[in-house]
Order: sequence, then C-alpha cells, then structure tokens
Amino acid sequence: MELKEKLVSSFLAFEEEYTGTNDDLHKIRNQAIKDFEALGFPSRKQEEYKYTSLKSVLKEDYSLFPKKENTIEYRDIEKYLIHEIDTYDLVFIDGIYSSHLSSTTHDKIDVCLMSSALNKDLYKPVIDNYFNKIAPKNGLNSLNTAFTKEGAFIHIHKNTLADKPIQIINFSTGNESSVLVQPRNLIVVDENSHCQIIERHQSLTEQPVLTNSVTEIFANKRAIVDYYKIQNDNLSASLIDNTYIEQQTESFCSVHTFSLGGKLTRNNLNFYQKGERIDSTMKGVTIIEGKQHVDHNTLVHHIEPNCESHQDYKGIFDEKSVGVFNGKVVVEKEAQKTNAYQSNNNVLLNDKATINSKPQLEIFADDVKCSHGCTIGQLDEEALFYLQSRGIPRKEASGLLMYAFANNVLESVKIPEIKKRINKLIALKLGVELGFNL
Amino acid sequence: MLKIKNLHASIEDKEILKGINLDINPGEVHAIMGPNGSGKSTLSSVIAGKEEFEQTEGEIIFENTEISEMDPEERAHKGIFLSFQYPVEIPGVSVTNFMKTAINAHRKANGLEDMPANEMLKKIREKSESLEIDRKFLSRSLNEGFSGGEKKRNEIFQMAMLEPKLAILDETDSGLDIDALKIVADGVNKLRTKDNAVLLITHYQRLLNYIVPDVVHVMVDGKIVKSGGKELALELEERGYEWIKAEKAL
Repeated sequence: MELKEKLVSSFLAFEEEYTGTNDDLHKIRNQAIKDFEALGFPSRKQEEYKYTSLKSVLKEDYSLFPKKENTIEYRDIEKYLIHEIDTYDLVFIDGIYSSHLSSTTHDKIDVCLMSSALNKDLYKPVIDNYFNKIAPKNGLNSLNTAFTKEGAFIHIHKNTLADKPIQIINFSTGNESSVLVQPRNLIVVDENSHCQIIERHQSLTEQPVLTNSVTEIFANKRAIVDYYKIQNDNLSASLIDNTYIEQQTESFCSVHTFSLGGKLTRNNLNFYQKGERIDSTMKGVTIIEGKQHVDHNTLVHHIEPNCESHQDYKGIFDEKSVGVFNGKVVVEKEAQKTNAYQSNNNVLLNDKATINSKPQLEIFADDVKCSHGCTIGQLDEEALFYLQSRGIPRKEASGLLMYAFANNVLESVKIPEIKKRINKLIALKLGVELGFNL
Repeated sequence: MLKIKNLHASIEDKEILKGINLDINPGEVHAIMGPNGSGKSTLSSVIAGKEEFEQTEGEIIFENTEISEMDPEERAHKGIFLSFQYPVEIPGVSVTNFMKTAINAHRKANGLEDMPANEMLKKIREKSESLEIDRKFLSRSLNEGFSGGEKKRNEIFQMAMLEPKLAILDETDSGLDIDALKIVADGVNKLRTKDNAVLLITHYQRLLNYIVPDVVHVMVDGKIVKSGGKELALELEERGYEWIKAEKAL
C-alpha cells in the first residue's frame, strides 16, 4: 500500500483513540485528513518542490504509531543535548514523551506537552487562539495536523523572560522497522517576553526515519524569540521541518538552522509580519557531502510598514550532495520603508555537487530597500596558497577558509555554548583540527 | 642558502621564467628589479611553491635540499617566507588566532608540541611592540578592511613571528606612502641576522634606500640579465631598463 493510502486508512483508528474533550480538535483533524487526501504529498511538478523530490523517502513502509516509549539511558543521549548549561528539556522518543529525560515547568512559563495542552481545559483558550492558525494548507501540514498528538507546548506569559533555554529533542530508536514521526509544536510568546529554543531531531537507529514536523510560533508585541535548529542526523534519517512564525509590532525573531547531517532535509520557514517595526532574521549554515540533500525554502511576508528582514544562508557542498535555496520575499503595498536583505553564498568542493539557488522578490511598495545576492564558487586558490605559504597544510587551510566562510552566520548566535558546539561540529564535519581554541 | 639553477617555469603553456640562476648566501640581501611583466613575481611564487606554475626545468636547492617537488607548506616549514603583494583577507579569523595556527603548524612539522599559550602571547606582544603594531589590530580579522599599509605591516609581523631563514618580499613597497615604507623597511632591518637572508622583489629603487642590498639583479623577459652592487639600482632608477635591453642585444 502506498504511504498516502496507508495514512488515510489508519486515521479512523487514530481518531478513536483520542479521548479528550476538545471537540474543535476533532473537527480540525477530520478536515485536515480530507485536505491531505485531496492534496497528497508534494511532487516535483510543484514549483516549490522542483529541486527536491520526496519520492525516495516516501517509498518506505513506515510504522505510524509506536506502541510505547522505548527506553534510552541519559548517558547514551547526553552528547546530543546542550548539557553544559541549565535548560528545560522536552524529550520525545519515537514521538512519545519521555518524562524521565525531560524537565518541564509551569512556573510563570509553561513548558509542557502538546498532548496535555490539547486535553486540558486550562489551555483551551490558547489552543483555540493559536493552534493551526498560521500553517498554510498543504499536504504536509494537513497530514501533520490530522495526526496531531504530541509535541512541545510552550507559553511564555506576559512580561516574562524564560530563565533558561528550552530544548526540544526528538529521538528515533527504530524500535519497529522504520518510523514516521510527526511532532507538532506550539510556541506562544506574550507581550514583552523572551525565550530561546533549541530544536533537534536525532535518530539512534540505522532504520529509515521520516520526520514531518510542524511548529507554529507566535511572537506578540515586543516579544523576542531566538530559535536554533541543529540538524545533524544520521544518513538514514530525513526531515521535513515546517516552521511558521507570526510576529506582532516591535517583536524580534531569529531562526538559525545548522544543517550538517541527514539524508534529506527540507526546511519550510515562513515569517508573517503582522505589525510595525518588526525584525525577522533567518540564518543557515549547510555543510553536506555524499548524497545528502538540504533544501531551504523561506518566505518573509512584509505586510506592515517599517519592518526589516535579514536572510543569510551559507552552504558548502562536497561529493554528490545537493543544496537548494529558495528565498521568497513579499512586500505588500502597505509595507513602505521595508528593509529586506537576502544573501545566499555557496562553495562547491566537487564537480558533482549541486546548488540550486533561487531568490524570489515580489515587491508592491515603492519606498523600500530590498537586496539579494547569491554566489557560487570554489575555494579561492590564492587564499589557499597564502595560508600554505604560512606553513598551514592544505587540508587545514581549506578548513580554515571554510570556517571563515561560515563564521559570520555564527556571530549572531546568542548562546555561547551553541556557538561552541556548532563550531566543533563544523570543524569535525570539515575534518580539520583548527589550531586555535574554538 | 638558496641556489637556483637554470629555472624554467610556465603557466598554461606560456613560459615565464626562461633559465634563472641565483645564489643567495646567509646574511645577504638580494634585490631583483625589472620592468613589468619580466617574471619577478612569478619567480617569488615559484620559490614559495605556488602550484599554478609548472616548473619545467632546473633546480631550486634550499639548505642543500632540492625543494621543487615540495608543497608550499613544506617549504614554509623549512624556513621560506613569502610576503604577498596582495595579502588575502580572511574574515572571522583574527590575526592572533591565525598566527597561533601558523606557528603551531610549523612546530608540528618539526616534531614539537604546540607552543604554550603564555609563551605565544609573550612572543606576539614582543614582536608587535617592536613593529609598533596596536594591540587592537591583533584581534581584528586577518587583513579584512586593512589599509594597504596595515596589510604590509601585518606581513612583516607574520615574518617576525615565523622567523624564516629566507624572506621573499614581493613588491612590499607598492602602494605605501613614505612613512609606511619606512616602518616596513625598519621592521625588515630589525629582523636581519647573519644567518638569514632577504630577497626583495621591487619595481622601484626607493625601497633600497631603506633596505640596502648586497646584490642587485636585473630581470628582463624571464632571465636575470645583469647583476651588480647596490649602485646598479641607482643607475636603473636614472636610466631605466632600455639600456640594459640594448646592452643585452649586443
């Protein structure tokens, strides 16, 4: 049976399991499965998926509902966490919440589970206001909505600074042959509040894993949200990350995406600016090789005046790897005095590596500053010779140049431990031991 | 120290160096002068090991070892240093971190442990003070946004840190005003000892007022056509290169 049919036919059983009292959720999920049935998975015939085929990851016979939590020892997963600092942790194993690996809170902020938020009356107003409000209707989002069950629920109440970063970590164990997991996260940051979030998907098995994750983030007035995505999964794991952010007046949101691993990774990242003087920042570093495939699909929707957006994506592609950058900026007629910057720089280390870079600007306002730039090149031989002539071996010299190339994306990372971790991962990935302290 | 015999080198099948012979002893300063396009910079790149150039004939013997087949970094480890005409900008890597990387690469190649951090800092402080380099400068990204003078001074700073046996200065004077030129020349003079040697590649005589050469060579069309004492540089300044070409034709 094709994956689509299998999903559709298993929906009824899934829906019967749900015992919560929120009738609206039933309606939303029933509608979503109908939408998915109609829309299906995206294919390369769609412009948005022209350079990324999901065929190879959809052909697996995924098991959809892992029976129970698979136990993992903390010592086996410590390395995947930012453990050097104190954090709140939401850990999921094959889509099921792991209480013994997590640390949640309800003290001024809610860092807890989507399953409890969906079932408890206390959270109903937040769910009613925000759940499934900004994810655009398409096959993947509808599929995730139809099977919404678990994920992170984070609510930072008015005038509150989350006292520590929040980690959302999804592990796959391949308890059963291969798994499809669909985390659903909702993050609501109220007025004058601030939080930092780290998200990671990590497979602990060689079995195929497909993650179709949807995250909705709401940044209310003057809220600040910094989001870090660490994508360094193993080669049998694929990820479709759908992240949608709605911002109100004077809010600041940044998303940094570090794509260093995985078989196929597709990032759909949309920003909707619903107020004035908003700042949206999205940055990415992609370093891949082999037959890895990483696709960044971004959208910034400038709706109101006096807002800014900054996009900076850098990629290093070796062997037969494929990169895609599709960055769309829409500036509505009302959105005067918009400043929108976009840059995408790529280094191809091998003749067989590919990058498809496609900026798309749709500007309907006349008093705006919009810029975009895209470069594709090899490492500069003159720069390599310069470093070698100082006694630095060619391999390390390339590493140093690539490090320098990716570096300015890391400058805006606000958590030093993440910066250090990413620097280390990059050095490891580039196979160099840089002779200075990272 | 350096013996070059009948050196031929080409780029994309075009021969640039057409039989260079050169002999440099410890303690000496040699200058190579010549018109644009005569192959001066190519010679410095070929000695330092730039792969773009193909050495088709001849020998480069440094400290009794034939180095023609060596990578640029191996030549650097043996004590050859090239100061670039156009130093490359490396954003995100500070001058200090770059120096640490380079010095420890040299030490590793010579079977030594990394230099202890305090020793490194002490050395950086000493050398930068002697070249009148501001400490703030050391934490800036390598060459990024440096003025022409700052770039050249940074090259000499690197030379001071690496303490090469043979320093090749490729058009170090170009783009420098007279004050910057004096600082750079002063830096080079401070580093001179009886055991090391300097090869200056230059278009103009004025640098040689500050770094006085023992031997001046004139290069025309890929060959050294005349060698002499420092007075040869003055003669070239006065009479240009045409008379040498004419003399050569005879």
